[in-house]
Amino acid sequence: MIEEDSVSLHDAPTRQMNMIEAINDALDIMMARDPDVVTFGEDVGYFGGVFRATANLQKKYGRNRVFDTPINECGIIGAAVGMAAYGLRPVPEIQFADYIYPGMDQLVSEAARLRYRSAAEFIAPITVRSPFGGGIFGGQTHSQSPEALFTHVSGLKTVIPASPYDAKGLLIAAIEDNDPVIFFEPKRIYNGPFDGYYDRPSKTWKGHPLGMVPEGYYSIPLGKARIVQEGSALTVVTYGTMVHVAEAVLAEKGVDAEIIDLRTLVPLDLEAVEKSVEKTGRCLVIHEATRTSGFGAELVTLVQERCFYHLEAPVERVTGFDTPYPHSLEWAYFPGPVRIGEAVDRLLKD
Amino acid sequence: MASGPTRTGPTRTGKSRGNLPPLDLYVPEPKFRPGDPVDYSHLEIPAAGKLARPDEGCAASETWPLTLDLIRVLDENDAAVGAWNPNLDPETLRRMLASMALTRAFDDRMYRGQRQGKTSFYMKSTGEEAVSIACAHALAFDDMVFPSYRQQGILIARGYPLVEMVNQIYSNRADPLKGRQLPIMYSAKDYGFFSISGNLATQFPQAVGWAMASAIKGDTRIATSFVGEGSSAEGDFHAAMTFAAVYNAPVVLNVVNNQWAISSFSGFAGAERTTFAARAAGYGIAGLRVDGNDILAVYAAMEWAANRARSNQGPTLIEHFTYRAEGHSTSDDPTAYRSAHEREEWPLGDPIMRLKKHLIGLGEWSEERHAEMDRDAAEQVKAATKEAEKNGILGHGLHHPFHTMFEDVFEELPWHLEEQADQAIRERQSKFPDWKD
Ligand SMILES: Cc1ncc(C[n+]2csc(CCOP(=O)(O)OP(=O)(O)O)c2C)c(N)n1
Repeated sequence: MIEEDSVSLHDAPTRQMNMIEAINDALDIMMARDPDVVTFGEDVGYFGGVFRATANLQKKYGRNRVFDTPINECGIIGAAVGMAAYGLRPVPEIQFADYIYPGMDQLVSEAARLRYRSAAEFIAPITVRSPFGGGIFGGQTHSQSPEALFTHVSGLKTVIPASPYDAKGLLIAAIEDNDPVIFFEPKRIYNGPFDGYYDRPSKTWKGHPLGMVPEGYYSIPLGKARIVQEGSALTVVTYGTMVHVAEAVLAEKGVDAEIIDLRTLVPLDLEAVEKSVEKTGRCLVIHEATRTSGFGAELVTLVQERCFYHLEAPVERVTGFDTPYPHSLEWAYFPGPVRIGEAVDRLLKD
Repeated sequence: MASGPTRTGPTRTGKSRGNLPPLDLYVPEPKFRPGDPVDYSHLEIPAAGKLARPDEGCAASETWPLTLDLIRVLDENDAAVGAWNPNLDPETLRRMLASMALTRAFDDRMYRGQRQGKTSFYMKSTGEEAVSIACAHALAFDDMVFPSYRQQGILIARGYPLVEMVNQIYSNRADPLKGRQLPIMYSAKDYGFFSISGNLATQFPQAVGWAMASAIKGDTRIATSFVGEGSSAEGDFHAAMTFAAVYNAPVVLNVVNNQWAISSFSGFAGAERTTFAARAAGYGIAGLRVDGNDILAVYAAMEWAANRARSNQGPTLIEHFTYRAEGHSTSDDPTAYRSAHEREEWPLGDPIMRLKKHLIGLGEWSEERHAEMDRDAAEQVKAATKEAEKNGILGHGLHHPFHTMFEDVFEELPWHLEEQADQAIRERQSKFPDWKD
């Protein structure tokens, strides 16, 4: 395993990749290493997936290991549970996280609890990959961030990468993990980091240090956060697309913030958060998902429970609104620089 | 602005309404309720032995007539007749008979055990034993079964230790599932028996996935799954059928039509429109409908379907037409919703009696041997129960080390579960200061 802080990664040769390419690379590496890894989903086989994450894999590994499925998420995840019981390591793709609900029971009641209910006779080492989040004009059925529905389920791990480098290392770790993992890919940043200003030209991963991805195998342990930047004025806890937005906003405001990218929500690296809040005394939690009962509520509670005597201000959260994602007004929904900026001002008021 | 229709409301195309009757919702209702006499004359019970047995490699469409009819081997004199007679040797027949008897004895004893407060809940398979026992014999011992909760006969036929079953039912300290599962929700990987879920029908697409995996790996084992006719209305059923058809999966999917889903009769799963087996047709897979109380017919159907799957000819849906002779579970009182005479009048008889008479007719069995077998079955179950009781019964103390509650949620215990385990242990200690594990 390569330590995640060292982007130069020993002397492994690196290659410029966007997040999709990094995911494709991770799948390729794992399929080559382990003949039990199979991947399937709607349009995943011949075409390589609507976002092209599985491009060329069928050609390389054959139709027995990379194939299209019927449009039936219950069948996709149900079959994955059966395959896992056989001894395979299925990596099903759900085309958009918004369509995971028809497969919800198979995930929540079956995959997540199989180890427990069978006293480990059967396990479900399944990695369900799915693009999630908004910011691509996907309307209310191609933009949701349903991670909290899964973090609430005992027995599931929830992973959300924020860069090509992390996507590859975390996906490899997820596939190797013997527990079921939901791997949510923030599709807004598939092609490049996003600073929250939708009306500015967007950047690509080219030139970003985390777009330089080592060739070959490496993994990033689940349950370990990344300190995006150190700072002393306040701690920002976030993940996915919002990591980049937070970074941009705080730089712009000139706030010396410590930014933590959680990378996995379950298991959670609470230690990293605690340590940071104890140092800064202020905490801002940011996510794109709707507010009420969101994962932010969990984070705020944990910080309040563990760091109360270190806090200089109430813990704040910036989130999406409790509405479906509106198509034409998506940039009013998105927790952008203004919403974040106001929260930062409140936190630093005195 | 471009010219066009002004906004005056929808254009009325199509026909006018006319003088139509109000629409009427149809809600199915079973033919008889408590107190009603039972008349099964609406059931078409064809004569045994009349149906042709198509080649196992036939086109799926050739089986369509079989999905609307009923495969029967044992005739009214309990002789085996026709093309579907599997021609089993007497030894196998006696073994199947013994397994059915043992299953029934086990059910009876566990039912009483629940009434005596030794466990919380139990579900019998009385009247349906032929379905599990025949399938267990027709499959290879290592073919994978994704059962529902009424296939205890498969475990029994495969020789799973009765003591282990009782341990699981009592959730005692020897329970292989660490007291986590409802009684009867066994898991027995070494016996090719998948962990049973309380969420109905979820096992159906899982079985197809297992079968697909076996095909992906070039294995020779096939999978099978069982679902009640009531739960065949779940989306999972259709997901499984679609996947099985699309990938030509080596799987045998079974609908056990025992007429009742708790208090809802089979009409609420669509039985009034067509047979459950006929659903195979819409998916282009083979389908068979079989007299589920005729163990020879069930054996023949499962063997046919298994051979078909094994030779890459694809999946089969089998409907086992049977009757749930007892309540749904120990929590159910069937006299509250169905006629008391339904069971007695069931025209397809009792599977154990039918096989018994068949064997006697062959000169391979006798009333005396049968009585002896029943005594032996009762003894086996009694001994297993006694043995299991040494490990405790449900509710008598806490059988499992506290920490096990937190294990197996994940492969490794994460910090938050470790913290919660500590909390649980502290709570326990404050209540019982001497308590250890
Ligand atoms: C998804 C789901 N819905 C409801 C239930 C509650 N339930 C348990 S058994 C049962 C009836 C099942 O009937 P059927 O499938 O015909 O099987 P049978 O009990 O007759 O063998 C119901 C509704 C459940 N366990 N799971």
